[in-house]
Amino acid sequence: MSTEIYDDGPVVHQPTFIDGTSVEIPELRILDQDGVTYPNADLPDIDQALATKIYHSLAFHRVLDERMVASQRQGRLSFYMTALGEEATSVGGAAGLKPQDMIMMQYREQGALIYRGFDLKDLMNQLFSNAGDLGKGRQMPIHYGSKALNCMTVSSPLATQIPQATGYAYGQKMQGIDAVTICYFGEGAASEGDFHAGLNMAAVQEAPVIFFCRNNGYAISTPSDEQFKGNGIASRGVGYGIKTIRIDGNDILAVLKATQIARAYAIKENKPVLIEAMSYRLGAHSTSDDPSGYRTKEEEAKWQSHDPILRMKNWLINQNWWDEAQETALFEKYREEVLAAVKVAEKIDKPHIDTMITDVYDVPSAQLQAQLDEVKAHVNKYPEAYPFTAGKF
Amino acid sequence: MAQINLLHAINSALDIAMAEDKSAVCFGEDVGHFGGVFRATSGLQEKYGKARCFNTPLVEQGIIGFANGLAAQGSIAIAEIQFADYIFPAFDQIVNEAAKFRYRSGNEFNVGKLTIRSPYGGGIAGGLYHSQSPEAYFAHTPGLKVVIPRNPYQAKGLLLASIRDDNPVIFFEPKRLYRASVGEVPEEDYQLPLGKAEVVQTGTDITLLAWGAQMEIIEKAAQMASNDGISCEVVDLRTILPWDIETISNSVMKTGRLLISQEAPLTAGFASEIAATIQSECFLHLESPIARVCGLDTPYPLALEKEYVSDHLKVYEAIIKSVNF
Repeated sequence: MSTEIYDDGPVVHQPTFIDGTSVEIPELRILDQDGVTYPNADLPDIDQALATKIYHSLAFHRVLDERMVASQRQGRLSFYMTALGEEATSVGGAAGLKPQDMIMMQYREQGALIYRGFDLKDLMNQLFSNAGDLGKGRQMPIHYGSKALNCMTVSSPLATQIPQATGYAYGQKMQGIDAVTICYFGEGAASEGDFHAGLNMAAVQEAPVIFFCRNNGYAISTPSDEQFKGNGIASRGVGYGIKTIRIDGNDILAVLKATQIARAYAIKENKPVLIEAMSYRLGAHSTSDDPSGYRTKEEEAKWQSHDPILRMKNWLINQNWWDEAQETALFEKYREEVLAAVKVAEKIDKPHIDTMITDVYDVPSAQLQAQLDEVKAHVNKYPEAYPFTAGKF
Repeated sequence: MAQINLLHAINSALDIAMAEDKSAVCFGEDVGHFGGVFRATSGLQEKYGKARCFNTPLVEQGIIGFANGLAAQGSIAIAEIQFADYIFPAFDQIVNEAAKFRYRSGNEFNVGKLTIRSPYGGGIAGGLYHSQSPEAYFAHTPGLKVVIPRNPYQAKGLLLASIRDDNPVIFFEPKRLYRASVGEVPEEDYQLPLGKAEVVQTGTDITLLAWGAQMEIIEKAAQMASNDGISCEVVDLRTILPWDIETISNSVMKTGRLLISQEAPLTAGFASEIAATIQSECFLHLESPIARVCGLDTPYPLALEKEYVSDHLKVYEAIIKSVNF
């Protein structure tokens, strides 16, 4: 037992307050928008193969988002969320980890799944809530998850994954395995009580967890200056005694570098790290949202000029690892693949009626079985009212 | 009288409450300039200023804790929780604080000026976390009032009554009806009574009871049954807590049968409480077991929502079963 922390500071005899500006937080930037690295920058561990894999993931992500928003507008899909403008945070984070590391997403991190190789078919089956969906068509579109890829299934309530990530990482530490947990969330979710609980427990219990905040400026319509008055989210990491870094979230090399270092530190020291990635939600919150009601086109245009994918492309071209012909061909290939996958997924049946009662518990109770039997009898009596299941059991 | 939708009716009630009392404050996630994700608070910040209608940080426990403090101080606190599915981080502030504020202090302090508005219910392809009907959790908490309107006229009158009631009230709004339900609503101020059910349609063979968005379901089923010569009495409970035992008992003593339809899962839903009380109050008048038509005992699904939810066909079948018992 020790309370010596309180004896660390100097004792003064005049009232001395400190305020929110007392902690100055630098922002790591390695790559400028023209794709040139700063002369004194510490580069991440990256070669042409890794760079290509990252860029392919970013390109695929951009195409997927474009096509799915279009599908939603055509009425083929009920709902979608893009990560337009902040794709580097999820793709770069996943690229800085090992496959055995757990990724806990908020809901705008499909880039992590894409980087890990989540099959296009699986993405589509989730989006169309069909019988092929790993989540059995129960959650709204974009609530992906994959045990095989160590990506925890998305849950809509915000910030609930933050203390869970602490517990998950603690379990990894206890088992002595070479694995950490990364936990994504937005600057809005960081207002939830679960954020504070999760960070404090990670510090106290010494869990190897990387808290990755996508500070994209908006929580639906609420700008970050109405969300908090402190120095971003990074200042809170300092308050909880957590090693913290702020980075340019639109700089893929900065994201990669920070995540690589954070992982090594979390494994070696068994302690948490907080990364605050500064970015901007270029798209709407979701297809149910219209940002024109709360922000200006000028503001959006400014951030469009910080496009993380274009920045990486410029760097790849400067490295002589990429050219315009490859660019055009890649995007065209992805557009065709996504479109073809949409056409397949939307024709697949909805999940079987028996899935209504599975997974509530490990084994359905007798009451649930009776309720299902009742529904089946009812569907058989009124088949035209229940086209998804009638005649299919 | 103007024809307006349920959202406009809510907005009109809030406008009247804020104009009437300068201490009335409206707040929640995105409710300020944007007017809320459903636009229920549209124009209120422009009209009453940022100090009285504002965005809060994204923290439900903070919103309701703040609201409790504000109401205890004597201001009219009208808090919005963006979806009823997201009310649970505030459960402690509602169940242990708001509901017990008056009782624990011997009425030295109370939060009677608190109203919590929140959209609830399914039918919008919302899946697990944008569809729940959590009224029963709160109905299990003495000290709270729980109110659910079925249409724009009811929404305005009941919300004004909730805001003015000297007890903390949770006002659940059927979001499926926000734009779909349109009806005549007076522009002026009016109130509808809390704790009072309303007989919407008189009948003699069976009492159909529901609240909120389920009302149009049971009305549709009553229409189907009438084609079979069955006369249904249709009743809107309106206030879940404290509920109007007298009106329901009187109706059931007349018809001899009761069917309750709710969106929430069957087990320990509010329909169960009603069934227990009515079988006790009306035991010798009952011609058949009290029927509950509810969601399954599972989370609210997405793809198979139609199969899951209590719809007019399930209610109709239950009417036939009850009448033929």
